[in-house]
Amino acid sequence: MTTQKLLKTTAFYALVVVIVVFSVFPFYYAIVTSFSTGTELFKVNYFPRSFDWSNYTRVLGQRNFAQSILNSVFIATTTVVFALFLAVTASYALARVRFRGRGLLLMTILAVSMFPQIAVLAGLFELIRFIGIFNTPWAMILSYTIFTLPFTVWVLTTFMRDLPVEIEEAAIVDGATPWIVITRVFLPLLWPALVTTGLLAFIGAWNEFLFALTFTSSETTRTVPVAIGLLSGASQQEIPWGPIMAASVIVTVPLVILVLIFQRKIVAGLTAGGVKG
Amino acid sequence: MTAAPIAPRKAGTRELSLQQQRQRAAFWFLAPMLFALICVAAWPLLRTIWFSFTDTTLSNLYGGKWIGLDNYLSMRTLSSGKVIYRGTLVDPAWWNAVWNTVRFAITSVLIETVLGLIVALVLNAEFKGRGLVRAAILIPWAIPTIVSAKMWAWMLNDQFGIINDILLSVGLIDQKIAWTASTDTAMYAVLMVDIWKTTPFMALLILAGLQMVPRDIYEAAKLDGINPVKVFFKVTLPLIRPALMVAVIFRMLDALRVFDLVYVLTPNSAATKTMSVISRENMIDFDKFAYGAAQSTLLFAILAVFVSLYIWLGRVDLSGDSKQ
Repeated sequence: MTTQKLLKTTAFYALVVVIVVFSVFPFYYAIVTSFSTGTELFKVNYFPRSFDWSNYTRVLGQRNFAQSILNSVFIATTTVVFALFLAVTASYALARVRFRGRGLLLMTILAVSMFPQIAVLAGLFELIRFIGIFNTPWAMILSYTIFTLPFTVWVLTTFMRDLPVEIEEAAIVDGATPWIVITRVFLPLLWPALVTTGLLAFIGAWNEFLFALTFTSSETTRTVPVAIGLLSGASQQEIPWGPIMAASVIVTVPLVILVLIFQRKIVAGLTAGGVKG
Repeated sequence: MTAAPIAPRKAGTRELSLQQQRQRAAFWFLAPMLFALICVAAWPLLRTIWFSFTDTTLSNLYGGKWIGLDNYLSMRTLSSGKVIYRGTLVDPAWWNAVWNTVRFAITSVLIETVLGLIVALVLNAEFKGRGLVRAAILIPWAIPTIVSAKMWAWMLNDQFGIINDILLSVGLIDQKIAWTASTDTAMYAVLMVDIWKTTPFMALLILAGLQMVPRDIYEAAKLDGINPVKVFFKVTLPLIRPALMVAVIFRMLDALRVFDLVYVLTPNSAATKTMSVISRENMIDFDKFAYGAAQSTLLFAILAVFVSLYIWLGRVDLSGDSKQ
């Protein structure tokens, strides 16, 4: 009995170890590679042999890559602020006010979040050319709204629906207008949800590739994923793996740290969408 | 408004005006969001569909003429009496892309569901270091797809890649495989990366469902001496079915529109080219803007039909509105 139990525990922990190694190893290996240069790069090393920062200095020394990081930060931040601003007021209306067609509207918003991006690409391309924001950060900020806005509205609506009615009624009895109710009563209670949705929307905007690839045409306006995706050497044989791995580590480490800090909130936010039992 | 004392008699009329006031405010609160969604979703979608019926090119966006269904299918009889069909619906490259996409979506979602279920069951058990494991599985999810594609492209490199090295030293293969370049293995490479990257998402969604299963059910089953495997299939699985169905549809939609992973990991490989990749290629790279628009319209139609069928047949409740 006890040996069987021991065997079970061992098997369980073996499974745990497999899961952890499988999840972490590719990132670990990218870090190891990013610190190797020259011939060291072309030997398979399971453990770091050297700590050579030259891949990092080479990547950050390229003006365009630093510019791409700035572009990505600006685009993702503006997109999130924009989406949250529109979503807070909209989700108040969707969660708190009864009106005809509310259910239909919610389903439409969910449907938009499922749109394949390629289906709007041609139309957006025309729109962006028409407004004259092609090859500027605003092209991305506009187009990213299609996936950040429905998502933030959806999550904030489910969150706001769970807030107690009493506090709102008390405010209304005191003569508060809906605008006051949102800004003075709900906003202070909402901030955990805002942090979560904001972070998830930020990650979505930071990682987006299709729109950023299509709506930029020069190296200085690229976002980080496009810059990394198109980083290449003179030929197929000369792919600069060291710098690519260094660039990958640079853009991933801040995300990983953010995710680890906010992991509880992120898990809650990810599952708040459809899975409510 | 002043906080004047409310006479009970007037309460009815005041209530009504309050309700009206709230509905008016609701309209103005919703208007900016609706306007934004119309600008970035509804209008571009309609324009894409419109373009698919024209012969618009990238260099001349406004010079397109209406050509009806010719981008989809057209029939022409030559003077010799031979009939020629043209258009996306008879384009072998398109059907190859459809087949690639469907194969990719079904295989990846199936494996991710099984693996996600296993990871979720592990995370649902109580053990030391559970928080650490959950943190570890969030890492693949947080890494941008492009970065994961590059990381794996390096690991799958035919000459210097660590995967070939491991497999060689274990003895599973006897010569180095060009994973991403060879047509036989390119799809496996894409599947590998996708499974690695999205299993955590699946696991977290399933875990949320698992945590809603009351613990005393397991206790009772244990006391009755029922086989845990039987408990899983007879009790746990039916209870988490709603969560599972939602997780599967979200993943399926993501997989059917996959673009970035394929584009970066296996560029220009006919063995992995998906519907999204081929549409964009026609639209932007080959200057067949309208033809690409027709293909993306088809992709949209396929997804719409699939989602409707899934929700209808699976009776999935996506609304989360059950409380009210």
